[in-house]
Amino acid sequence: MKLRVNGSEHEVTAAADMPLLWVLRDLIGLTGTKFGCGIAQCGACTVHLDGAPVRSCVTPASAAEGKAITTIEGLSADGSHPVQRAWTEIDVVQCGYCQSGQIMSAVALLAAKPDPSDADIDAAMSGNICRCGTYQRVRAAVHKAAELAKS
Amino acid sequence: MNAVIPTSRRDFLKQTALAGGGLVIAFVVPAANRFAHAQETAAAAPFVPNAFLRIAADDSITVLLAHSEMGQGIWTSLPMLIAEELDADWSKLRVEHAPAAPAYAHAMFGMQMTGGSSTISSEFDRYRQAGAMARALLVQAAATRLGVAVTDCRTESGKVIAGEQSLRYGELVDDASKLAAPASVILKEPKDWKLIGKSSRRLDTPEKITGRAGFGIDVRFEGLLTAVVLRAPIFGGSVKSVDSKAAMLVPGVRRVIQVPSGVAVVADHYWAAKLGRDALAVEWEPGPNAGLDSEAMRLQFRELAASEGLQVTQAGDAPAALSAATAVLEAEYVVPYLAHAPMEPLNCTVKIDADACEIWTGTQFQTMDQMVAAQITGLKPEQVRINTTFLGGGFGRRATPVSDFVTEAVHVAKEAGAPVKTVWSREDDIRGGYYRPMYLHRARVVLGEDGMPSAWDHSIVGQSILAGTPFEPMMVKDGIDGTSIEGVADSAYLKAVANHRVQLHSPRTGIPVLWWRSVGHTHTAFVMETLVDELAQRAGKSPLEYRRQLLKDHPRHLAALNLAAEKIAWDTSKPLMGRARGIAVHESFGSVVAEIAEVSIERGQIRVHRVVAAIDCGVAVNPDGVVAQLESAIAFGLGAALYSSLSFKEGRVQESNFHDYRVLRLSEMPLIEAHIVASSAPPSGVGEPGTPPIAPAVANAVAALTGQRLRELPLRPTA
Ligand code: FES
Ligand code: FES
Repeated sequence: MKLRVNGSEHEVTAAADMPLLWVLRDLIGLTGTKFGCGIAQCGACTVHLDGAPVRSCVTPASAAEGKAITTIEGLSADGSHPVQRAWTEIDVVQCGYCQSGQIMSAVALLAAKPDPSDADIDAAMSGNICRCGTYQRVRAAVHKAAELAKS
Repeated sequence: MNAVIPTSRRDFLKQTALAGGGLVIAFVVPAANRFAHAQETAAAAPFVPNAFLRIAADDSITVLLAHSEMGQGIWTSLPMLIAEELDADWSKLRVEHAPAAPAYAHAMFGMQMTGGSSTISSEFDRYRQAGAMARALLVQAAATRLGVAVTDCRTESGKVIAGEQSLRYGELVDDASKLAAPASVILKEPKDWKLIGKSSRRLDTPEKITGRAGFGIDVRFEGLLTAVVLRAPIFGGSVKSVDSKAAMLVPGVRRVIQVPSGVAVVADHYWAAKLGRDALAVEWEPGPNAGLDSEAMRLQFRELAASEGLQVTQAGDAPAALSAATAVLEAEYVVPYLAHAPMEPLNCTVKIDADACEIWTGTQFQTMDQMVAAQITGLKPEQVRINTTFLGGGFGRRATPVSDFVTEAVHVAKEAGAPVKTVWSREDDIRGGYYRPMYLHRARVVLGEDGMPSAWDHSIVGQSILAGTPFEPMMVKDGIDGTSIEGVADSAYLKAVANHRVQLHSPRTGIPVLWWRSVGHTHTAFVMETLVDELAQRAGKSPLEYRRQLLKDHPRHLAALNLAAEKIAWDTSKPLMGRARGIAVHESFGSVVAEIAEVSIERGQIRVHRVVAAIDCGVAVNPDGVVAQLESAIAFGLGAALYSSLSFKEGRVQESNFHDYRVLRLSEMPLIEAHIVASSAPPSGVGEPGTPPIAPAVANAVAALTGQRLRELPLRPTA
């Protein structure tokens, strides 16, 4: 099948029901998207299909055909996306493993709601588990990113 | 006073030239080092890596970490120690994990490892000395080059400056590497610190926000296969028969092999391996643990608690005082088995050649990993190269005394005859053992006329995490595993009680258990701090005052307690309607943390709104890093306090993934205000000490709110 990831076309040979997560990681080699639970419980595998956040661990690759797939690698190579800049300023990351998913969820939230309230953040980000407990900084960084995106 | 460290007498610092130009500061292995020493004598290798610091001609400075970055922030704080003494240009710093070698052994534990919240305390001198030595050599080289006295030189931001002239470190490294090592190095006085004690942003952020950071699970190279392992559904079970026909038909599956821990499906990628495993038909020999049942165990533990155990500590005559008393507070506490559930599922990549074994993994236990891999492959330890990747969380799970996940992965690669990355699913992780053990405490306390405890009899029941491991001879004394009783036996409260006794039972259950962020303190702090709170209530005293009185001879406890109380304005403010506050203070890993939680109950569920925390951890090398660790430790402990629990029925773990093994989520995160007690004492632990006080602080707040004393984790208020 043909997949368009971060603007580039990839031709992969995979069963139609192979989860997009493993196609991205193991066949295309984009390892920024992470495996955390495999059952849509943790958000580590969050990517965008045409801008909408999905859990790639339960999204069949075939469902992504013909759509624009965006992964953490496609956000910006140098960390200059407003969400990444906010993450840097607030010093959010710890082990970092959940952070690709956190950032992809935050980007999608801000696209839908440029000025999210705490309740919006709770609703959009509670599907992203962070075992290092960076939640307080994630929340602060989402607010910060909203600010940065405006300036 | 400046600390003058004689390098010749300590004899562990030396400098060498970097191949291709540059200066290397390396450590010679101290001879007293147990694990490392054994390896050293076995080592006939011409080159054993030992560099801690490399400065290249292009001015780049590479710091090698003897410990693993798993979120706790040493990727930043260890380089700060070197950069401080070196007067380095912070923007030129690069960081790498060191390979596995004796030079990187932990100064206290004698093996290369990360744990016990000990990285900064154990490396505070060593890393500063490495920086100071490099600086001394560069200054000497500059003085000679410029024809000035060493005393006429100063250093700043990667340069040696003498009057109008200056030389970059990169210009001096070749000369410096040829000099005789200085007889001693002088460390800066704390008042001259420019980096230590000031917050630095993390150096690993750029990689971790772009997806570039390399975790073990991200390792890829030509020819690498992926395996998943089907393990016995009951601990101690074994394979009776395997039918792999259906598995072999899954496209991408290469081999099905048996390894000591189960049946491995080796495939081109994870998904094929997983589908192959789903298609396996394996019959198991259930083994001795088929009857495991956590409810039954709890009853057994209760019986044990009421019987005579091993005497841990005692003063006066607690049993006599108790039998003479008219009113005794008697309470039982229970905490469940817990999985660490680090965000990155366990994994390990192994490539075995005729005379070498190369391993890529996120590990807290390099020396053990190297030893087990050597044993399995028949190679020498120094022929096993360990590449430590970033760890997607550790919390103790990546430090098993038997190196379980590395052992298994080496077996898989060996049997497969190819390089293999063995990956665990989340279900494998939750059901794979090495848990925080279940514990039951029974305490009986008598209050004296003054309301303070006069007799205290305490019985602890739970599995030893060290029994049967290579650490047993070192760390279990007379049958008493120090990690089972820490936080009770050495409690500041007990010291204030004239008659006290602590006893221990360490039943064996067949369930693999392990240290879990803050180890024994996970249960002992819960028991001690909720019990003391209840005693305060019985005595009709405020929980803060009561603690102050019991802790009057413990200034660090008082400092943390008072700072937290001051910051939440305990005396002058009240929580909002429908909320109450609870306090806890606990010492662990050389630090003291006080936490005050503000909670309400919403639809039968405890909601924690706010936590004010204060830590005394000696010098806070990177204060914002300390704050981040308090936030992290509280979130970790709060998930366990409110939700997490593993149970056993018919030998099997009932939970399997994050839907039924609940951890804290963002919407459940309280506002945390973390404060640091000003201190000039040497640094002590930071990564773990924030975890123990949170469960009791929340339980005490619930008691203040509802009158219910919850003595079991996770906390479940009855309506
Ligand atoms: S891996 Fe997809 S949600 Fe957890
Ligand atoms: S930063 Fe470690 S899991 Fe989120």
